[in-house]
Amino acid sequence: MLRNHVQQTMGAAGRRARTGWILLVGIIGILLALAVSLVYGTKDLQLSTVWQALFAYDPDIKAHQIVQDIRFPRSLAAALIGAYLALSGAIMQALTRNPLAEPSLLGVSHGAAFALVVTIAFVPDISIVGATVSSMTGAGLAVLFVFVLASASNGNVTPVKLSLAGIATGMFLSSLTSSIALHFDVSKEMGFWYAGGLANMDWRAVKVLAVAGLFGILIVTALARALTLLHLGADVTKGLGIHVQAVKTLAVLAVLLLTGSSVAVSGAIGFVGLVVPHISRMLVGLNYRFSLPVSAVLGSLLLVLADVGARMINPPFETPVGVVTALIGVPFFLYLVRNEKGRTA
Amino acid sequence: MNRSQMKLKWTIWVLSVLLLLACLLSLNVGVVAISPAEVFQMLTGNGTEQQALVLFEIRLPSMVLALLVGTAMAISGAILQSITRNELADPGILGINTGAGLAVVIYIAFSQTATGSLSASGALILPFFAFFGALLTAVLITVLAWKRGFHSIRLILVGIGINAGLSAILITLQLRLSPQDFMEAMVWLCGDLWATQWQYVRTLSSWLVLLIPYTLYKAHTLNILNLGSQVATGLGIRSNREYLILIVLAVAMSGLGVAAGGGIAFLGLIAPHIARRIVGPRHQAMLPPAALLGSLILLLSDTIGKNLLSPTELPAGMVVSMVSAPYFIFLLMKTK
Repeated sequence: MLRNHVQQTMGAAGRRARTGWILLVGIIGILLALAVSLVYGTKDLQLSTVWQALFAYDPDIKAHQIVQDIRFPRSLAAALIGAYLALSGAIMQALTRNPLAEPSLLGVSHGAAFALVVTIAFVPDISIVGATVSSMTGAGLAVLFVFVLASASNGNVTPVKLSLAGIATGMFLSSLTSSIALHFDVSKEMGFWYAGGLANMDWRAVKVLAVAGLFGILIVTALARALTLLHLGADVTKGLGIHVQAVKTLAVLAVLLLTGSSVAVSGAIGFVGLVVPHISRMLVGLNYRFSLPVSAVLGSLLLVLADVGARMINPPFETPVGVVTALIGVPFFLYLVRNEKGRTA
Repeated sequence: MNRSQMKLKWTIWVLSVLLLLACLLSLNVGVVAISPAEVFQMLTGNGTEQQALVLFEIRLPSMVLALLVGTAMAISGAILQSITRNELADPGILGINTGAGLAVVIYIAFSQTATGSLSASGALILPFFAFFGALLTAVLITVLAWKRGFHSIRLILVGIGINAGLSAILITLQLRLSPQDFMEAMVWLCGDLWATQWQYVRTLSSWLVLLIPYTLYKAHTLNILNLGSQVATGLGIRSNREYLILIVLAVAMSGLGVAAGGGIAFLGLIAPHIARRIVGPRHQAMLPPAALLGSLILLLSDTIGKNLLSPTELPAGMVVSMVSAPYFIFLLMKTK
């Protein structure tokens, strides 16, 4: 496999240099993608107009308003969410030692939807912050539930078992959600949310993301080395004197913050967390100190581009960005399933 | 008669009695309550006209429909579980329901008539779309999972992936529908046993009369395939060919079930499973109780869904999921 090949042929110094280059190229890529995302839209703007709107904002010019109030928060949110989802996916894959672990496959978005519909049904005039907190809690509980399930069950947690647990949890929660939505007549609102959209991003969403992400990323940074060892197996970890339970708890907390905030503001955007960590590991190897930053940058890049794509597929209508990521992610998933020997069996 | 045969006989008797009681219950309760005595009166030809209408044109066909769909789903699930050698396989989990649902939503989205809803003319074509959607999805899964023969776990994982992809397309299309159509589509996708007219019931039953005996005829092959393809080949079964035949059979039945009942998940999973626990894994013994259980569970779910949150009618499939998913998770934790 490419991953092993990379690890064997490169020393630590070589990998560090390579990671540096990839990060540099990735960040330049994100900046370019952001520029495209700001320029392109129902109303195409000049790059100079965008520049002025950002650095010499004039509230009387409509184009400036579009950039400041609509496109900029949206693009920033896409960049943040992409990074968060990719990091969450990487952490989940390390925690479960499972190549197919991914937030959206583990019932996370269904958990958030369930919490959200309960909230809307019983407190119709809830504030946006309240709704965010409730869906974050729901997402968190769903992840926690699937993890507990996985660790409490007999035998090894194989990829197929974890995926099935996620699916079953998701289906269970979604029937509850639909029942409540039917009874209180809020189905279509929920439908929009399920599809995963960046259309309604505003500065509040960006703030929620920034706050949750700050803590999440701090935790992730502290855990990078421990995660690498966890990925290699619990025996190794114990031998090296790492407190497995503490690491796992902190890692789950990071997933809650990162996925929870993303799902809360944007709905279900799948497969970013599956695809990106795999590609990062292929590029820079298993060591999470290198692969985590690469995952974050590539995740950002992917989602900003997917968002531009979502606007370009069928203008002036927007395709939900979750659909675009699924169209990229599903073939990748199938590729993994067909090529992982032994590990999926 | 040995012990296992006694047990089988008893199981079938008990289930039949329970099913009969469930039938009576489903005929009785509803917006217009009809007591068992009145039901009996009407069956002998007496009773008011309104009651007769409710009974013969609404409750009776929907009851028969639940029985048929339950049977089809249970047997389809039993076949899928044997050939994937995985007790957790189910048409809903493999994405076959989603495929059927996608076909239906495509039909609704692109055939929007003046009324813009699931109108009478659409109701005739809809089952065909659902059936071919299920079939195409199954073909897709089979092709993608085929790599020098079948591998059961690969089949399930490919199914999960396909399911995710189809759901994404499905939701996009659904959002383009008008609110009323959106609701209809959503309810349909949750499995609301909508085809409650005698014509559908007749079509469905005539297909099942062909397919179920054929499955029973294949019971021996199923037993052997359940041992694994190497053993099966050793015992003189052309395993890949039999796989294909049985997959077609399973998909045909779940496709018919989905076409008439909507996307009902987990039913195909738990009915065979409970049956296997009671009477053991031999398919000759296991299939009849599984069919009875499938009917029983679906009929009860339908009755509960229609009356629990009245006037909101919950689709039967939702009730099935809510009850069965915890059981499924329990099973998952126990399997190695």
